[in-house]
Amino acid sequence: MTYSLEEVYETVRMTLQENFDIRTVTLGINLKDCVDSNIRTFRDNIYNRITPYAKRLVSAADEIEKKYGIPIINKRISVTPIGIISEGLDQGDILAIAQTLDDAARDAEIDFIGGYGSLVQKGMTVGDKKLISSLPEALSSTKRVCSFVNLASSQAGMNMDAILLMGHTIKEISKRTERGVGCARLVVFANAPEDNPFMAGAFHGIGEPDFSLNVGISGPGVIRSVVEKNPDCDITSLSEIIKKTAFKITRAGELIGKELASSLGVPFGIVDLSLASTTAVGDSVARIIEAMGIERIGAHGSTAALALLVDAVKKGGAMASDHVGGLSGTFIPVTEDKAMAEAVRDGALSLEKLEAMTAVCSVGLDMFLVPGSTKAETISAIIADELSIGVVNNKTTGVRIIPVPGAKPGDWVDFGGLLGGGPVMRLSGFSSSPFITRGGRFPNTITNLRN
Amino acid sequence: MEKELCFLTVIGRDRKGIIARISDILYKDNINIEDVEMKVMEGYFVMSMFVDVSNANVSMDKLREQMDEVEREMNLKIQLQHEDIFKAMHRI
Repeated sequence: MTYSLEEVYETVRMTLQENFDIRTVTLGINLKDCVDSNIRTFRDNIYNRITPYAKRLVSAADEIEKKYGIPIINKRISVTPIGIISEGLDQGDILAIAQTLDDAARDAEIDFIGGYGSLVQKGMTVGDKKLISSLPEALSSTKRVCSFVNLASSQAGMNMDAILLMGHTIKEISKRTERGVGCARLVVFANAPEDNPFMAGAFHGIGEPDFSLNVGISGPGVIRSVVEKNPDCDITSLSEIIKKTAFKITRAGELIGKELASSLGVPFGIVDLSLASTTAVGDSVARIIEAMGIERIGAHGSTAALALLVDAVKKGGAMASDHVGGLSGTFIPVTEDKAMAEAVRDGALSLEKLEAMTAVCSVGLDMFLVPGSTKAETISAIIADELSIGVVNNKTTGVRIIPVPGAKPGDWVDFGGLLGGGPVMRLSGFSSSPFITRGGRFPNTITNLRN
Repeated sequence: MEKELCFLTVIGRDRKGIIARISDILYKDNINIEDVEMKVMEGYFVMSMFVDVSNANVSMDKLREQMDEVEREMNLKIQLQHEDIFKAMHRI
């Protein structure tokens, strides 16, 4: 036979037993040419641009899933940042665009559509401010619209005025949605990638073509399984084993992405090789770290173990695909990864350690819960801390924080479904308000003066 | 006509009639078996059939449905995958 039975079995086992899947295929769609001075025509243009492609994405992905026997879990759409095409509109019309995006996604049976956001790392236009002010209403009145705001970049530094504004905005979203869950559809970034396929932060960047098909591959269960099979090897060998596995799953992702792009007649964009946990038992990044020999994630050594994992995944992936992009690293969400949530509950993982771990992986502080009574300035300070890690280290970092109204530290909150659940985390009781309310622009770092 | 090759992989407990049952379906569907290999691995009976579906007289959806029925009937896991996925993952 062309392939040994061992090779065939390895691939089959990955999907049948180890939860290997293509986590998302995300079609980026340009909306810049949909702009029209008549808001009704503008909205119709957007709807008519998105819907037929989104429908085809779903049916073509289903066919390819059957052909290769590898599940494609999510089919999603990202669009040009709405902040760019909504300049000049009043807030009511910006909100109407959010509704159009929601309608288009619903009619095409797409669960999330990303791009309702702005890039304000250096400053906000009047239009950006209107869009940000619209977020509480936009996220509470729609079900499928996802939002991002890029607040910082290594090139520009950090927009402290916008960071302060986002603290208040996030609190408002939390108040207007049940258990604050609307905040799960908003990511604030430093160095947001323009081709990220993963929600909630996906958008179709301004340097992108009319269409771009991006693939997010996953497979923490597959990596965990190979790590568990090698309990005694040294760190160098462990890295090698992870690299080989990452290579294989990336190749599968690229094959599927390219075939899907060609079947849709759109350019293939990138493979984002991010390990993304799900609430399924064993499909967990925390369990990989624990399989490496850390008793519980959050214990000393967790940051080093995570750094090793992310590096090996990137090297294996880079060898496997010419077009690696997006976030490409490892997600460490709290509520979406059962073992992470349990580590917080049991006191093994604190917010401070979580922040330290984000310095060596993408994507930042993700899906974590704080008390609803947390001051807006404190939320802004958490954002500023996390984004400064990205700015200084030339990497993407993000924050997806959920203040849960009425909840106190230690309370367990369940969202169900993909979002999972977890305990409300304890924050420092000391104030950062005087620092945060200074506002202004946080300068870029000297390492970025490279021209 | 160019061949279109797929792997049909069966995992489960060994028992009488697995090959007979599956090859009977493939014969009726006009699918040629190019190669077969089987072994016990990690405690499972694993059999892989390399099949050419280019002349099949049923759709891949129908074939999948037929295999779903065998899965239920004989308590097996059956995976049907195009050859290209193995090429991508196991060959540089």
